[in-house]
Amino acid sequence: MTTSQPLTGTQPTVRTCPLDAPEEYRALRAQAPVAQVTFPDGAEGWLISRYEDVKTVLADQRFSANRPTLTGGGAADGAPPVRPGWFIFMDAPEHTRFRRLLTGEFTVRRMRQLVPAVEQIVAERLDAMAGAGSPVDLVQAFALPIPSLVICELLGVPYADREEFQRNSANMLSLTADAEVVQGAWEALRQHMHRLVRAKRAEPTDDILGKLVQAGELTDEELAGVGSLLLFAGHETTANMIALGTMCLLENPDQLAALRADPALWDDAIEELLRYLTIIQYGLRRVALEDVELHGHRIKAGSLVVTALSSGNRDTEKFSDHPDQLDVARARGPHLAFGHGIHQCIGQQLARVEMRAALRALFDRFPTLRLAVPAEDVPMRHDMVIYGVHELSVAW
Amino acid sequence: MKVIIDEDKCVGAGQCVLAAPDVFDQRDEDGIVVLLDALPPDALRSQVENAAALCPALAIEVVK
Repeated sequence: MTTSQPLTGTQPTVRTCPLDAPEEYRALRAQAPVAQVTFPDGAEGWLISRYEDVKTVLADQRFSANRPTLTGGGAADGAPPVRPGWFIFMDAPEHTRFRRLLTGEFTVRRMRQLVPAVEQIVAERLDAMAGAGSPVDLVQAFALPIPSLVICELLGVPYADREEFQRNSANMLSLTADAEVVQGAWEALRQHMHRLVRAKRAEPTDDILGKLVQAGELTDEELAGVGSLLLFAGHETTANMIALGTMCLLENPDQLAALRADPALWDDAIEELLRYLTIIQYGLRRVALEDVELHGHRIKAGSLVVTALSSGNRDTEKFSDHPDQLDVARARGPHLAFGHGIHQCIGQQLARVEMRAALRALFDRFPTLRLAVPAEDVPMRHDMVIYGVHELSVAW
Repeated sequence: MKVIIDEDKCVGAGQCVLAAPDVFDQRDEDGIVVLLDALPPDALRSQVENAAALCPALAIEVVK
């Protein structure tokens, strides 16, 4: 049943179990699937919590993605324009122009061709872990280096720059850092990419950024923005899925045992981990461009609308068979972890290749892998836009 | 079963290629959907319907 009056409250952010979405979402889905709430940063708007509604909103271009920052106001509030090249914050047709320049680089076929190179990178990190000896922080030793190395190689960014861009990305994603620090990080990443674009213009390279420079369709500001976006999105998300996915499988030993018994389950297991963990933890933000009616509520033009991906992915209406349980043998269904609509993750095929290569090889190489600290002592990323673990001490 | 695709809507996510590889492919140059079989056999129906449901851009239509 839908309540006739919108429920007023705040977006749920507190998790009872670190691997589950906040429990309040269950009541929201049942009683107030379109709820008027205050968000953690003080913004007010509508929270969408059911699977089908999340899909509907994200596929409906009356809801604009034109948001200049990850956490702040949008074009409808008179906020500054979208940063050049950050096409995740653009609508069609502007978004289309950027996305079409890149989709050929991330096709299923292209990503499959990368598998041997990714497996090589994974094997080298596992050797380094074995050499360092138990215990290690899996984030720094494994989960963060793998996607960083891969996206650096694809984009044409020197891996030696990693400390700089990893620090900048972390500050851009922080919900607790000072505004000045966050702005400084955006600017530093932009300048970093700008230097690379200029270098590639002087000396052409055969990587994604180098080819974009040669294609001559984008300005240097746009190229720096596209490069920043791909670098940022290409390592933070996958790194967190690898580390959190490892913790999740260690905390669900029956599921890990099922994977070890039947490695053919890995493809479906990756989809299930994506669904179950949904690391874009506070959802995706949109702005209504006109008045839209949803479940009897009038969402007025200019309203902020947040689609709670993590809630939709636990919706019993869609995932009828115990959605709060991890089930690596679950029949692959369409989950919302990569979003939906025209902005659905452009790098999702790369993410799948990386997650499968990394997790499978990790558990093969270290059959006795275990958490080196109690699960409740693992520092979770409640304070970041992208969920995961700040560090994961593992032993074998 | 007849499959209709809309290249202008396609955003190259690749979901259809994973769901129904005998029916959908992607162009190498820009990742846009290529329809390999506009009249796939009934045995592929669930795959094709899954591909249409997965498509984030609603670019696939399945006509009975």
